[in-house]
Amino acid sequence: MRQSYDGVVLCAPFTTAYQRYSIETAHWWIARALKGSLDLAGLRPSEIDGFTVSSFTLFPDTAVGLTQHLGLSPRWLDHIPMGGASGVVALRRATRAVQSGDADIVACVAGDTNHIDSFRLMLSSFSRFASDASYPYGYGGPNANFALLTDRYMQEFGATREDFGKICVAQRQNALSNPGAVMKKPLTLEQYLAAKPISDPIALFDCVMPCAGSEAFLVMSEEEAAKRALPYARISGAIERHNAHAEDPIQLRGGWSVDIDELWDMAGCAPVDMDLVQTYDDYPVISAMQIEDLGFCPKGEAPSFLRDKDMTIKGDFPHNTSGGQLSAGQAGAAGGFIGLVEAIRQVTGQAGPTQVAGASSALVSGFGMINYDRGVCSAAAVITGGAR
Amino acid sequence: MTDPLSPPPKKNPQVRTVSPTRPPEARSRAALGLSAAAAEGRFALQHCDECGKVQYPPRDACSGCLSTELRWKDTDAKGTLLAETTIHTSTKLYFRERTPWRTGSVQLDAGPVIICHLHGDCVRNGRVDIINRLDRSGQAVLLALPSQRSPHMEDDPQLRAMTSDPKHRRILITDARNPNTSEIARALSDAGASMIFVGLSETWRPSPTLDALSAMDKVDVLPLDVTDTHSVQKLAGAIGGKTDILINNARFLRPGGVLARSDTSFAKEEMEVNYFGLMRLAQSFGPVMASRTADGVNASVAWVNILSVHALSSQPEFGCFSASNAAARSLSQSLRAEFRASGLRVMNLYCGPTEDEWYQPLPPPKVTPQAVARTLVTGLQNGLEETYCGDVAKDVFERFRDNPLILERETTLAGDGA
Repeated sequence: MRQSYDGVVLCAPFTTAYQRYSIETAHWWIARALKGSLDLAGLRPSEIDGFTVSSFTLFPDTAVGLTQHLGLSPRWLDHIPMGGASGVVALRRATRAVQSGDADIVACVAGDTNHIDSFRLMLSSFSRFASDASYPYGYGGPNANFALLTDRYMQEFGATREDFGKICVAQRQNALSNPGAVMKKPLTLEQYLAAKPISDPIALFDCVMPCAGSEAFLVMSEEEAAKRALPYARISGAIERHNAHAEDPIQLRGGWSVDIDELWDMAGCAPVDMDLVQTYDDYPVISAMQIEDLGFCPKGEAPSFLRDKDMTIKGDFPHNTSGGQLSAGQAGAAGGFIGLVEAIRQVTGQAGPTQVAGASSALVSGFGMINYDRGVCSAAAVITGGAR
Repeated sequence: MTDPLSPPPKKNPQVRTVSPTRPPEARSRAALGLSAAAAEGRFALQHCDECGKVQYPPRDACSGCLSTELRWKDTDAKGTLLAETTIHTSTKLYFRERTPWRTGSVQLDAGPVIICHLHGDCVRNGRVDIINRLDRSGQAVLLALPSQRSPHMEDDPQLRAMTSDPKHRRILITDARNPNTSEIARALSDAGASMIFVGLSETWRPSPTLDALSAMDKVDVLPLDVTDTHSVQKLAGAIGGKTDILINNARFLRPGGVLARSDTSFAKEEMEVNYFGLMRLAQSFGPVMASRTADGVNASVAWVNILSVHALSSQPEFGCFSASNAAARSLSQSLRAEFRASGLRVMNLYCGPTEDEWYQPLPPPKVTPQAVARTLVTGLQNGLEETYCGDVAKDVFERFRDNPLILERETTLAGDGA
């Protein structure tokens, strides 16, 4: 059994309200989230000695350039280019750094800007395999990749558009309680089904809206958090896996399925014990896959499992409580943090308008980087409320 | 089933000509191996020399055993369509203007799963054949065709976007006096070309092919002398805007290397026709053809040079002629680069000795006009950049690809009797 994550906690979750387009840079957005998180904790920038950054639009800078730009002098620094898996990966690395004494307080930040046309330019140079073997095929983004995956998932498991629509409609309902969400209008299943086709079977409301935004949280020892009287969340278990099931012809399962037993063993609990679930949701099919691969139901049964569930904040299966990327917006690498930051708020009772009553345990899962035909990075963590 | 392509309506001069846009061009160096294969119409993938694993997308190291010994080999192109999608919107202008656009995920029998363009007649879970073609950026893309031929399948819009098919296109053949001209005109006509212009130099001089050409439907013989800039400009002014494919078959050929001749007069003639002729044509016809590559069903699509295979490596018996062809080949590479931004394709057709008077002293095998015409039409239909006609041309090219220095020695041995 791996060493536990005991003694280290997550606190000061901060989200900068998302914007569809921004004239600011990634540096600006990252600074906003870092300052927001430090302000929540009552810390000065000089008091953090560890820093992780995730961003797609920071070029030519990395975490290194940001230290000088933002006036930080950490003794532990990491740049985590793992897209939708960045949040949980940052959590895992920062926790180990604090446990080992390499750092005392680590700020984990993700942020991206969204200029007119920056999304298109980012897609064209996303990865070598993408420019060699997917971008030339009409793609302009992962829409068609996920369309192929959704097409196959529907063939294999008999899922319907309505099944995916249910996920999207519930998340929009949740987003209406989140003032920072980009999407502000209600969505009905009829509207979902009648939406403009994007890449069959994917239509408009299956796709995330690229936007600007940033997210941050702090990692420190439990004593440190208690000393500062900060609400915090503990980490019961966490997993990470890259390029799993490479021989599967189409991705119908992710890396979670390799490590799921270890996750729940380590956490000492089971899926039914979760008060809320935050999946990575750039398309609803991938949320369905995470619900299966993380043990809530057998492979291929997410549609029937979810058919009887209410996925809204007040429901019996609260899912992506801030609206997720599908309704809050996809702020680049911050999309890898949105679920985790919201989950920290939830289990520490700080979620305000999106608060799930009595939430104390959450599963957060990340998925990232469509390098060619599938997402390569997967990660998940179980966190629980500590002191409030 | 593919809808048969209708002949395009007459161009309305008041409607804006669509600006050429292109699919993405950027590729890694490894992926250029696929484009090099597509230039010759071959489907090749990297195979690991150590463990045999077939790779895709192209890599620098084997994903099975980390060996860096990966070799491009012609590969079994059969597979099964696992999933498909029809794209209705794209961030890339080229595709945005051409939606709906089908792509799919194919499990190759050879191992890898590929994302590819989909011919309209492919069905989910059906068997497909993959072809490797150059798209309008001049880079390789993979396209799945149904394994059973379907009616009018060549008219599929996605397939046609990758090729230089002569169907419904207007074509200029530059030299009526070349012995291969009538056969080329006939083959293009049979392949569905809508109009064939043929250039004739020194119209007052008799031409043995003229009667046969004039008797053909759709053929229009027009004055053109590729050694005369004014003549080339005049014809380009008249038909440049409706030339969709240009076939430069003008040739001046005399035997002999450097020492077999006492002066440079033949060499100058060879350069005037074979090298400067190409340049004059390109300067007059090139810009207007490059502006019309997105102009509907009969958009301009290809520029063809018919060259001697000894453009690659000299044949001393025709040393000066070889040199002029080497110059023309080099110019064609420049032209290919200059046309790249427009998507206009340059195809070089390399011939061995042809069956005509100037090659009379050489032994067989020789290339017939029919063979040239066949290779040319097939090359256009497959959207090639390089094609070789006849056994000699294929043999010389194989040796050239293997080792150009050995080839040079093989073709220049003086013989022990000297």
